[in-house]
Amino acid sequence: MKLKNAWPKYYKKGVVTHYCPGCGHGIVHRIVAEVLEELDLGKSAICVNPAGCAVLAYLYFDFDVIESAHGRGTAIATGVKRSRPDLFVFTYQGDGDLSAIGTAETIHSANRGENICVIFINNAVYGMTGGQLAPTTLLDMKTTTTPLGRDPKYDGYPLHITDVVAQFPGVVYAERVAVDGPAGIRKTKKAITNAFKTQVDGLGYSIIEVLSPCPTNWKLSPVDSFKWVTEVMTKEFPLGVLTDKRTRKE
Amino acid sequence: MNKVFISGNHAFAEAAIRAGCHCYFGYPITPQNELGEYMADHMRKLGRVFIQSESETAAINMVIGGAATGARVMTSSSSPGISLKQEGISFLAGFELPAVIVNVMRGGPGLGNIAPAQGDYFQATRGGGHGDYRTPVFAPASVQEIADLTYNAFNVADKYRTPVMMLSDGMMGQMKEPVVFPEPVGTLPEKEWALRGRGDGPSRYLCSLILDAMEMERHNWKLVRKYGEIEKNEIRYEEYMLDDAEIVVIAYGTTARIAKGAIKRVRKDGVKAGLLRPITLWPFPRKALADLATRIRQFVVFEMSTGQMLEDVQIALAGKADIVFHGRPGGVVPTPVEFARIIYREYQKTAKIQL
Repeated sequence: MKLKNAWPKYYKKGVVTHYCPGCGHGIVHRIVAEVLEELDLGKSAICVNPAGCAVLAYLYFDFDVIESAHGRGTAIATGVKRSRPDLFVFTYQGDGDLSAIGTAETIHSANRGENICVIFINNAVYGMTGGQLAPTTLLDMKTTTTPLGRDPKYDGYPLHITDVVAQFPGVVYAERVAVDGPAGIRKTKKAITNAFKTQVDGLGYSIIEVLSPCPTNWKLSPVDSFKWVTEVMTKEFPLGVLTDKRTRKE
Repeated sequence: MNKVFISGNHAFAEAAIRAGCHCYFGYPITPQNELGEYMADHMRKLGRVFIQSESETAAINMVIGGAATGARVMTSSSSPGISLKQEGISFLAGFELPAVIVNVMRGGPGLGNIAPAQGDYFQATRGGGHGDYRTPVFAPASVQEIADLTYNAFNVADKYRTPVMMLSDGMMGQMKEPVVFPEPVGTLPEKEWALRGRGDGPSRYLCSLILDAMEMERHNWKLVRKYGEIEKNEIRYEEYMLDDAEIVVIAYGTTARIAKGAIKRVRKDGVKAGLLRPITLWPFPRKALADLATRIRQFVVFEMSTGQMLEDVQIALAGKADIVFHGRPGGVVPTPVEFARIIYREYQKTAKIQL
């Protein structure tokens, strides 16, 4: 019998994960490694990892990685890709990184239509710092800095940054997916494949927003966290393709 | 190459192009806009990279990305914009990535104004951003020197894998002088550490995050050893009429030029004044100053600030000589007459001559 789930070539072996039980990062890391292998991009790939839980992504990714200051991922990716257009460049960022402190970099790299991919992990909280309010935190959701729940009078509303950038002419492919179960994981892999191919074809900017569980900071069990993504989070952040301009004539 | 008549801001850009600068990223700010405009005119024609970023913060991070691939990269700005770049400069130091950063200083703090000033000396020479690091700082005093030092800055950056700061001001940036540029660089140094995708080799990562305190400390001491090498090899300064000097002016950049005018003036009256002009502000020519203090008792520090390099002079002279400071902050450019007056006044205190 052929082993169906072989260890991905670009995922390091023998490392113990630092991610919490039920965290979505490990799933998305594996998907990224699998897609790089399937599209034969691992040798030329450079990942820009964020400040946040995934700052340690280089412990798992077995391809070249450069760390970024908080929020600056797409600016660094711009520098890498403009300097070496032959490399395959993507950022891996969280919601605080990409849609709070790095909003300007996100908006303008998208508006320039940089030929890069952005993997955007949305778990509605700041994970590494212990579960504070994120731009993507849902209304009434309790975090350590919204102890009574997110109140729009003080904290504003959940920010839909992927919907914003999807309107830009330079953004070729944008999709929101969720790693909330086997079907969601398959869809996520398909979306990331589409995004990576967009860059390979030289078409421009792509962004995949992945709704991802954070059981520790949500104070839910892993199983309930996955359920919460499906039942609650997708109501605020509906899944689907937000723009697809891949067949557009220049 | 023939002499060309060119502004300081354009000279920074042309020298960088000749040094093999492959990417320029910048954001407009006065009084250095001509630098970015020159790059916009030339870089893409040469098949190189020019991007006007959305902010100085984005520009310095694009610099990080370009430098990580091994390319020669540059950004430029003026005082408030340089403050915004400090986070990225700290990362460049932590990553040990080479880059050249031009600061065409203006009056401050805050928005200040757009007139020439030297108020960013502390920021440039003390690291500037967070964490335990230094950046080599070159302070040109002519457009020719802007060309030569910028060209050399790329070599220093590559040799030590460090960000290098060109510290200039609005006067230097805006004025035009005849310049002979260095020849375009031939082959660039091989950078085996650069990220190029793993290829068939092992994967690599560039990272400034070192969670283990002992390992972080090792990294800090490694940087210190590197800075020691820079202090050993890269100190530059100019001596002007020091042989018989009895009073010595310490000044850099624009102020040093004005001081030279003042020295010529007072020399006519028999005042034996000289100038020591630091060209590298970090590393600072401390030993040269200390050596002077063995035979000279009077020092005058001129700056277009309220006294920043003054502290380095105090450290270097270690109480062995008298130091008088005269500063004009806020974008006021002093005159040779004004400096001459200070030199006369101080020289007379020791009553060697009656003026």
